Amino acid sequence: MDFRLSEEQEKFRQEVRDFLEGEIKQGLWQPSCDAWIMGHDPEFTKRVSQRGWIGLTWPKEYGGQGRSFVDRLILTEEMLRYGAPAACHWFADRQIGGAIVHYGTEEQRKELLPKILKGEAYVGLGMSEPDAGSDLASLKTKAVGDGDYYVIDGQKTWTSGGSRMNWIYLVARTDPDAPKHRGISEFIIDASLPGIAVQPIVDITGGVHFNEVFFENVRIPKKCLIGEENRGFYQVLNQLDYERSGMERLMANYPLFKALIQYTKETKRNGKPLSEEPVIRSKLAQLKIELEIGRLHMYRVAVVMDEGRAPNWESSMSKAYGTAFEQRLANTAIEILGLYGQLSPQSKWVPVQGMAYHSYLSSKGYSLQAGTSEILKNILALRKLGLPTG
Amino acid sequence: MDLALSEEQEMLKKMARDFLTDKFPKTVVKEIEESELGYSPESWREMAELGWMGLALPEKYGGGDMSFLDLAVLLEEMGRACLPGPYFSTVVLGGLTILDAGSEEQKQEYLPKIASGETIFTLALTEFSARYDAAAIETKATTDKDAYILNGTKLFVPDAHVADYMLVVARTDEKSKGEEGITIFIVDAKSPGISYTVLKTIANDKLCEVVFDQVKVPKENVLGQLNQGWSEVQKIIQRTAVAKCCEMVGCIQQALDMTVDYAKERKQYDRPIGSFQVIQHYCADMVTDVDGTRLSTYQAAWMLSEGLSCTQEVAIAKAWAGEACQRVMALAHQIHGAIGVTIDHDLQYYTRRAKAAEVSFGDANFYREIVAQEMRL
Repeated sequence: MDFRLSEEQEKFRQEVRDFLEGEIKQGLWQPSCDAWIMGHDPEFTKRVSQRGWIGLTWPKEYGGQGRSFVDRLILTEEMLRYGAPAACHWFADRQIGGAIVHYGTEEQRKELLPKILKGEAYVGLGMSEPDAGSDLASLKTKAVGDGDYYVIDGQKTWTSGGSRMNWIYLVARTDPDAPKHRGISEFIIDASLPGIAVQPIVDITGGVHFNEVFFENVRIPKKCLIGEENRGFYQVLNQLDYERSGMERLMANYPLFKALIQYTKETKRNGKPLSEEPVIRSKLAQLKIELEIGRLHMYRVAVVMDEGRAPNWESSMSKAYGTAFEQRLANTAIEILGLYGQLSPQSKWVPVQGMAYHSYLSSKGYSLQAGTSEILKNILALRKLGLPTG
Repeated sequence: MDLALSEEQEMLKKMARDFLTDKFPKTVVKEIEESELGYSPESWREMAELGWMGLALPEKYGGGDMSFLDLAVLLEEMGRACLPGPYFSTVVLGGLTILDAGSEEQKQEYLPKIASGETIFTLALTEFSARYDAAAIETKATTDKDAYILNGTKLFVPDAHVADYMLVVARTDEKSKGEEGITIFIVDAKSPGISYTVLKTIANDKLCEVVFDQVKVPKENVLGQLNQGWSEVQKIIQRTAVAKCCEMVGCIQQALDMTVDYAKERKQYDRPIGSFQVIQHYCADMVTDVDGTRLSTYQAAWMLSEGLSCTQEVAIAKAWAGEACQRVMALAHQIHGAIGVTIDHDLQYYTRRAKAAEVSFGDANFYREIVAQEMRL
């Protein structure tokens, strides 16, 4: 047992911090909540790429660094701590690159991995559909073989980053007659193909990162298939383990926590800083405790991945835990801010740059994306605890 | 980063589980709980023969030269088994404190006797205020030639009624009410002037009121520095809190395991209740709490073991464990249904111990304030 990070890892953390602090000092961007998914900054992604920080865990032969998942967790943890605008490369770096390394053909690897590494491939995730949410296997978007092509018809929704993507990672039905889990395949396709239409969805924060994506008679070359035809669902399940595994499920609104602590130190009530009031101290300390418990869960997941195992129930546990924490953080923040907590980022008198308002609303979605907390608890019950299915 | 136990620790864990399962079925735990002694002298000797009392003591004092982390593994199993008796008092409160603060002479005198199982130790710290702060220490020690005279009352002293020695925290400087002027004494528990009353507690675990009435203690029995004992008391509280967490991990892990087993077996509406999603989600919440407790507990234990400064990590572990235990036990009961609230069911042993452990050596409120200080609020 050794809970320490290695000296190199501590050095790496410092290197990432120095980089991010330098960026902030230069005024290149402002820290914000949800910047991993909403902060699209192609130039920032380029600079991250130049440092070799995309594809950190991929094998060296594919241009990665062959480094550990704990290393990557350190990197992403710092990105989140500073609220860095990493949305352009986040999905591709987190799961798509890995999936292509794992299931892709040599041709796909040669074509796509360098683009991801250079920070030029913005990949949208085409999984959910209007009638296929938690029950992803019931998806209806079709991919019908036609010579050297598949023809795609259907609709995806909640596609994150859809308005900026130049690639779509698409899950579609290739065998309508097979049992629903066994007729699904995965594709990576060019988002600019004729017949693809993207319709933004405004979320409750007023922001746009979800989209509806319509496919009408879209012809894609057969080489876009990833892995085995009709085995896509099992590949997706594996990918979801990775999608759920990260620190973004605990620290997406960390900038709010930091700002909230600062606020309580600077705001006086009856001549004393709020941070000296026992109730406020207790609330903030409880958040810190819950955050640190969450960090342990997250690091455990990375350790599991470094052991070469997909973090199946572990990432279900950490994600369900982490997103519930983020929601409590947002809630407690508004409690502490009181009447000011309701002010929108654009309002006069808004405290903590409106992060409490934003985070309170946006965190409602945290426990839905990439597997609802209910689905994650099912996974824990069935796969970790071995409880019987109904 | 490596979160796994070593091969030796796994072996220790297995050996401990086998021994404790064999020797302490709940029928035996019940008998011991109800007995006046509160422990089984026969099993006590056997545990000493296994080297458990001296496990984390150096070889030169008759110990096994293992680490605090190794001891953590053993304590987890003791929590799982609901082991009754003065192991915790003797080893964690007594042995580790003497090892940390004692003079070479004191170590040579007392540690081999602890390692061999010959003596039982405990710690007399808390008083009427039931708080773990320096202001709570009102028991007085006044000088009288080559001795100190102790006067005062200690409360919630575990196993005092069977102890051979007590470490007594007393005020040696009357002028001070704070951290200055506190001293720890090694007191022969059978000294004239000491009287005990065993309190009736939720865990039936023999917490005592101990009254000191003109109790004479030789001057050489000062443990550590005169008047500067509070810093050692803080270390004791920290170490003990982590050791308590280890027992709590064992406690709620067992409660979870029993609950999952029950949910798989118990049928209603012609199907195991564990196939109902609401029960599954309760179990998922339980295992998440158990794992969070385990991770934070072992982090703190590992840091203590490595001699690293870990005020915040200990505070987080105990604050979390105290409240997580209550959530886990509440759900364990909900899933067990009415059978779980009967006195003959094993679950109640865990319910009672989890509550006692929550308030022992600092509850969540106590540690949240420490976390707040660590956050520089």
